[in-house]
Amino acid sequence: MSDRQELNRNLAQMLKGGVIMDVTTPEQAKIAEAAGACAVMALERIPADIRAAGGVSRMSDPAMIKGIQAAVSIPVMAKCRIGHIAEARILEAIEIDYIDESEVLSPADDVRHIDKTKFNVPFVCGARDLGEALRRIGEGATMIRTKGEPGTGDVVQAVRHMRKMQSEIRRVASLRDDELYEAAKELAAPLDLVRFVHDNGRLPVVNFAAGGVATPADAALMMELGAEGVFVGSGIFKSGDPAKRAAAIVQAVTNWQDSRLLAQLSENLGPAMVGINADEIETIMEERGK
Amino acid sequence: MRVGVLAVQGAFAEMEAYWRARGAEVFEIRQTSDLGRGMDMLALPGGESTVQGKLLNDLGLFAPLKESVAGGLGVFATCAGLILLAERIDDPGGSAATRPEQWFGVLPVAVRRNAYGRQLGSFTTRGEFDGRHDVEMTFIRAPAITDVLSPEVETLSTFDGRPTSVRWRGITAFTWHPELNMHGPGVV
Repeated sequence: MSDRQELNRNLAQMLKGGVIMDVTTPEQAKIAEAAGACAVMALERIPADIRAAGGVSRMSDPAMIKGIQAAVSIPVMAKCRIGHIAEARILEAIEIDYIDESEVLSPADDVRHIDKTKFNVPFVCGARDLGEALRRIGEGATMIRTKGEPGTGDVVQAVRHMRKMQSEIRRVASLRDDELYEAAKELAAPLDLVRFVHDNGRLPVVNFAAGGVATPADAALMMELGAEGVFVGSGIFKSGDPAKRAAAIVQAVTNWQDSRLLAQLSENLGPAMVGINADEIETIMEERGK
Repeated sequence: MRVGVLAVQGAFAEMEAYWRARGAEVFEIRQTSDLGRGMDMLALPGGESTVQGKLLNDLGLFAPLKESVAGGLGVFATCAGLILLAERIDDPGGSAATRPEQWFGVLPVAVRRNAYGRQLGSFTTRGEFDGRHDVEMTFIRAPAITDVLSPEVETLSTFDGRPTSVRWRGITAFTWHPELNMHGPGVV
């Protein structure tokens, strides 16, 4: 592993225990930072609006991303389409802090992901299970998040993905050394990374939850299930009182074990995003890129 | 030795592992009820200083910790932790969330956040630390110490002519991350 990959894994370590919030304007970015976001994801439309608008969804306008970079001191992330090497290069050229090679946008390549080892800038990728996570790490991702089902406000897929990943990690950790070759074959994942999971009982990179997190309780649930932090996409700026809800989710991630505090944090937050049940939608983003 | 690690956000697990490997008894500080457990040293880990500063205030940890630190409690601080301790923040332009008056502000140095730029400016180097040679130093979106405001501040390491770690009374503070180089010689 190169020094650059190590540094990029290290940045994700600094984000742990934090909340990364989707923002579409410098004003929203400032609200997010003041509410305690550890990073912001700059995008033109939040996933709920992407879903509502339909059509092809692409990388955001670099001018819009630069406006957000100028507005805050915390790290700024942005999304490129799966497999879109040129969009990733453009984001690297404007010195984004983390690229999300994301299923929320329309995939540019329906088979391959970007060879992320060829970049200096770090990448986070979505995964639904351990094999998918290790394939992305093998390609150079230095941070993983669950896919969930973005833009729904329905946490069920994020829960399914996190539970599956954690139970597969426990299973790999319990194997005999000579069973790892077969495990790597089953997971369709690089053997050296399967061995790391076996020896350490965790992914080699930081693992966040994403997709459908809308309340402090949702965030606490994901931490309980083993997330090291959460992404909140549509859940904040599609709700009644974004600043208050954002600050409550930040505190919930820090003190997810304190139920009395969670009860206080959940009071009077105003309406949550309306949301749609993940089984009522037509575009299944989590199926994009395996 | 008992070390209380501020665990509101950031690389606190790494800081805990670092101190455990050095034989310390470690506990996490997430809320005021954790402060009653008694500590010989406070460890402030890397992370995002704006988030940590806000959570310190929201969770009621700021005032009691500031009192302990001002009263001479030993502190080991890296990166964001150094920013929380610094007497002055020298950000060009600054940001809405920069409210250093709500931070500890006890260590007589001035710091500039993200002084080496964005993540593409993060780097590792090797150098001398407190008389020890060839210590690995990892800088992640690191701040820089732009000014030392008291002759009592001892510089322990430098990069590019600027101090990158300092000691003052019971406080040792770094712009880099000794806790990320577990296999190195360490600094304590």
